[in-house]
Amino acid sequence: MSDPVLRIENLRIALPEGADRDYAVDDVSFELNAGEILCIVGESGSGKSMSANAMMGLLPDLVRPVGGSILFDGVDLLTLSEAQLLDLRGRRIAMIFQEPMSALNPLMRVEDQIAEVFEAHNLLTAKERSARAIALLTEVGIPDPEKAARAYPFQLSGGQRQRVMIAMALALEPEILIADEPTTALDVTTQAQILELIRNLQEKHGMAVMFITHDFGVVAEIADRVAVMQYGRIVETGSADAVLDDPQHDYTRKLIAAIPKLATDREQDAIGRQKVLEVEGLSKTYVTGGGLFGGNKRVVKAVQNVSLTLAEGETLGIVGESGSGKSSVGRCLVRLMAPDAGTVRLAGQDMAKLSGRALREARKSIQMIFQDPYASLNPRSKVGRIIAEGPMAHGVPKAEAYARAVELLELVDLDALSIDRYPHEFSGGQRQRIGIARALALEPRVIIADEAVSALDVSIQAQVLDLLAELKEKLNLALIFITHDLRVAAQICDRIAVMQMGEVVEMGPARAIFENPQNAYTRTLIEAIPGREKELAAAG
Amino acid sequence: MADFWKRFSRNRGAVIGVVILVIVLVVAILAPVLFPQSPWRMVQRPFLAPLDMPSHPLGTDALGRDVLTGLAYGAQVSLLVGLVSTVAALLIGIPIGALAGYFGGWADDALMRFTEFFQTVPSFALAIVLVAIFQPSIYSIVAAIAIVSWPPVARLVRGEVLSLRSREYVEAAILSGQTSGTIILRQVLPNTISPIIVLASLMVATAILLESSLSFLGLGDPNLMSWGYMIGAARTVIRQAWWLSFFPGVAILLTVLALNLIGEGLNDALNPRLARKGK
Repeated sequence: MSDPVLRIENLRIALPEGADRDYAVDDVSFELNAGEILCIVGESGSGKSMSANAMMGLLPDLVRPVGGSILFDGVDLLTLSEAQLLDLRGRRIAMIFQEPMSALNPLMRVEDQIAEVFEAHNLLTAKERSARAIALLTEVGIPDPEKAARAYPFQLSGGQRQRVMIAMALALEPEILIADEPTTALDVTTQAQILELIRNLQEKHGMAVMFITHDFGVVAEIADRVAVMQYGRIVETGSADAVLDDPQHDYTRKLIAAIPKLATDREQDAIGRQKVLEVEGLSKTYVTGGGLFGGNKRVVKAVQNVSLTLAEGETLGIVGESGSGKSSVGRCLVRLMAPDAGTVRLAGQDMAKLSGRALREARKSIQMIFQDPYASLNPRSKVGRIIAEGPMAHGVPKAEAYARAVELLELVDLDALSIDRYPHEFSGGQRQRIGIARALALEPRVIIADEAVSALDVSIQAQVLDLLAELKEKLNLALIFITHDLRVAAQICDRIAVMQMGEVVEMGPARAIFENPQNAYTRTLIEAIPGREKELAAAG
Repeated sequence: MADFWKRFSRNRGAVIGVVILVIVLVVAILAPVLFPQSPWRMVQRPFLAPLDMPSHPLGTDALGRDVLTGLAYGAQVSLLVGLVSTVAALLIGIPIGALAGYFGGWADDALMRFTEFFQTVPSFALAIVLVAIFQPSIYSIVAAIAIVSWPPVARLVRGEVLSLRSREYVEAAILSGQTSGTIILRQVLPNTISPIIVLASLMVATAILLESSLSFLGLGDPNLMSWGYMIGAARTVIRQAWWLSFFPGVAILLTVLALNLIGEGLNDALNPRLARKGK
């Protein structure tokens, strides 16, 4: 390897007073070599993005570096003035962000946004700029680049928008590319394509790439070297193979162990068990637009003719990419949304036809766990109230409902004293436990978990999954687990239904789906799981 | 709560506002103690200039009534009208906004058209008409101000409820079998409190201005001394006796300013993420 292009030495970034720790980044040193991809891995709050933002001079107002240096080309970036940084940004160090929709200006055509990069550095004439824009779009593999250049960001898909971001970052051929969780917001198949693109471009241009991610699967796909961060410190660095196969630090080991394994050893034994939920021909169509002057209506068939059964004590996974209709199915089942057609038979009653009082009664036996641990608990209610509210609405006396809330909190491994605290005093994982306790309060027979672990860090995710499996066993629950993450599905589900564009394209025992997928789309999904090849190789 | 006070007290303007408002409040409450005689009583010769006699530091008006006493009793009327009419406006606006936002559909359409009907009528003109029809009295003034100032509350609450209604905790409440009434009262409305408080503090200021304007036009309660009435009565003699309109004007200005400063401080303290940077 050649000399490092960038060297960070003992970098220390102070957080404002009253934060949970003194330093966002504490005594961090690493090197970035030309022509390599360095992955910075860590859970949320580990300080991985802060170090990248410090390089670009993009730290938030109250956060400032207090020690160390970031040496780039013999100059300490921390000492540069704003004007000097302006010249550097984009031209020599470029960055791509997590959310391509909010990183692009929604009111500007794609080619103008790319041209703006040249304009900012006073390069090229207008004509050359637009020619370069199209050349760049071609390079990042956007289909029909001339047309895409004239498009607005909302007319492109998430993956295409991220390609535009990459094209902008590449425009001035920077020496360093910083990618901050660039594939986190993307579907798994798109993610695989973007990772491949970054890898190819990096090789072609000989750039150094600093890739920030929380996902070890992504690390396995793309990294040359890895630095693992925890609480603002680097706990382990090394080559990708060394860190992934033979982690030295306890924290790295813990993180790697927490990744759900793809192999599933579950045997289906639901045959002969009683069915608790039978869904037949469920359909839901959204119609938007139209209106008074009869404009074009937009019709989205979110759920088309979906039929499922769920046996007692069974876990059914519904997997699919965004827009596949998997969440709509869940919402139709609990009637947060009224289906257009079909029956939802729950313990002999058709949920789809009930209303008013009868619906409230029937819902006691089908409850939901939500995705966002921050939005699913009322910030102005105490935890006890949140859990006891359901039973109280069904006529359980207050004292009894609160006593039950305490039992439930203990059941989900939370302290009984939690009932007098507010949700904001808890971490994401703890909040999700509260959400689970709330769902259990009405003693349901079926629980629908809609992306229940997607917002959690991988180690917390593993704990919550274990808790769910344990509760399911203990309380003989049937679980419908809606997720975009096939790894999670492999870990927890007995059977899996794969959805694409509102339809179930394949359904069967989890093992059969993973080992012998019949449908082409299922195969694409499984092949796109990051880190899969490495895992297969390791398994022999 | 401690955190809230810390953020609030960091805003210097808001603290000044609180100080001014507390002074006005204390004067209003202690008016009968500080100035035992009626504000309508003639105590000296007319047009006594300020500082001419130590017993009447702000002078007397065209009928020889003490200006300082009038200001103190006027504070009572202004604050009372401001607070009561704002509470009344909230009582009309919050339920309408909450129902429209939560149920949507035709309920939303009907309630919002009704709200817009009130919004399209110029509010001051409507207030004058209402007071004129019902005979000027403190009750009719409070009612008129409440009736013209509730639409912004309804619109604000509707918007907040619309965005809160799709939150996951509201959906969880629906699933747990709570009725719509319980959900609105327990899950949704408590989370709309901050913007309502901010709006309410500004509405008190507007209500005080409205009351002053009505009194200025002679539509105030004839039995109550108010700042607007004092200015209105002094208007014809403004060249001879500037102090008659000046001091009540300053009182209105300071009170309204204080309420606006407090409103802004509350806004910054209750929405820390929206607070302007660099302070």
